[in-house]
Amino acid sequence: MIKVEKLKKSFGQHEVLKDINVVIQPQEVVVVIGPSGSGKSTFLRCINQLETITDGHIFVEGKDVADKKTNINEVRTEVGMVFQHFHLFPHMTVLDNIMLAPLKVRKSSVQSSKEKGLQLLQKVGLEDKANAYPSSLSGGQKQRVAIARALAMEPKIMLFDEPTSALDPEMVGEVLEVMKQLAKEGMTMIVVTHEMGFAREVGDRVIFMDGGVIVEENEPKQLFENPQHNRTKSFLSKVL
Amino acid sequence: MDFRFDIIVEYAPLFLKGTLLTIGLSLVGTVIGTILGLFIGLGNMMKNKWLAFPFKVYITFFRGTPLLVQILIIHFGVVTFFVDGTNAILAGIMALSLNAAAYISEIFRAGIQSIDKGQMEAARSLGMNHVQAMRYVILPQAFKRMIPPLGNEFIVLLKDSSLISIVAAPELMYYVGLAKGQYYRVWEPYLTAAVIYLVLTVTLTYFLNRLERRLTTE
Ligand SMILES: Nc1ncnc2c1ncn2[C@@H]1O[C@H](COP(=O)(O)OP(=O)(O)OP(=O)(O)O)[C@@H](O)[C@H]1O
Ligand SMILES: [Mg+2]
Repeated sequence: MIKVEKLKKSFGQHEVLKDINVVIQPQEVVVVIGPSGSGKSTFLRCINQLETITDGHIFVEGKDVADKKTNINEVRTEVGMVFQHFHLFPHMTVLDNIMLAPLKVRKSSVQSSKEKGLQLLQKVGLEDKANAYPSSLSGGQKQRVAIARALAMEPKIMLFDEPTSALDPEMVGEVLEVMKQLAKEGMTMIVVTHEMGFAREVGDRVIFMDGGVIVEENEPKQLFENPQHNRTKSFLSKVL
Repeated sequence: MDFRFDIIVEYAPLFLKGTLLTIGLSLVGTVIGTILGLFIGLGNMMKNKWLAFPFKVYITFFRGTPLLVQILIIHFGVVTFFVDGTNAILAGIMALSLNAAAYISEIFRAGIQSIDKGQMEAARSLGMNHVQAMRYVILPQAFKRMIPPLGNEFIVLLKDSSLISIVAAPELMYYVGLAKGQYYRVWEPYLTAAVIYLVLTVTLTYFLNRLERRLTTE
């Protein structure tokens, strides 16, 4: 569970998040939409403290990430993140990418990390790529490896920041498929995306952000078919 | 003008000995400089300005003063704290290493900063601490990009190590100086020295370029 209370984030003078309050329940899939620059990425990055928050609190599984006493590395093992540009480690094979964090952070044995890694590769349909280097993979394959890498830490929550935005259109489907499967298995997910079809089909809730605030949130069907705010309406009219 | 090859022939074994020490000193200087350079580079990159300050002073000093001055300070000053009297080879190694460390720390900084920010973020998002992320993700990638500039630094040291002859460390220029002193001849010893340095640097540059091309195509 994630509880966000009065979250504020500024870069210098520029206030990017202004009083965000939201609770994400276990097993919930929350889709975040909004125009460019509205603070969606910043919001996600505050949750695992890739950005230090300016004010307010974020509780991840009960731990306040802004509290100096919280071991942030521990929190991050519970929160997987998938980036728009994958950020696979180019000097390692696919399997080593996946095994690295379990080996070094969880101190798992080589054998169990390897078993786990291969199992995850099978799950994302890339068991034959275990010994390939990231540079030899397509964008869709890279992103599936990145998902497997995050899952290897057995996180309770997964954050996705536009996971399909950097992909050629024909590869979007294979990544969304993996994410759907994950949702079906009960993973708690926060997904920033422009894939409205995914939001509708998989999302339990859609949050519309604009100008650093949550303008509106609702079940996907409600929000898409019956938006309450003009800003939501005008945004949806552009993307739907 | 008669060119007395016999002087070169006579001194060939000593020139060879000196050349080997020149190469040895430069190699040791590069290796120690790389190890020190890593820590100085990381120190210089610390976000806390107060903690980074001593490293900045170090880099500024060693890049902002002539190597010759550093050699003299180390030989007649610093080394005397560690050994009785002086020790030219020790002073040479120290001066070259400390000087190289300053330049190599900047090579490390450039190498580390050339790695996409997303690599660090991905590593940290998996729960790795800063040191783990550096060690397993950032440095291996940075180091590959640093090989060509490190090779360059080695070539620079090969040439600059000639300055150590000022404190009579028996490297190439020391023996060249002996030859000159014995025969009062200028051309033979100095041209020979130039040719030896050229052969070394040109050969190294050739291999370095090949290595660089291989690294970029990989
Ligand atoms: N590190 C930073 N330093 C300064 N400003 C930043 C930084 N990161 C983001 N911003 C600013 O914060 C605002 C929100 O950025 P953010 O990336 O969260 O938006 P977004 O909703 O994810 O947009 P997009 O859809 O383009 O990804 C933007 O105006 C951006 O310029
Ligand atoms: Mg974004």
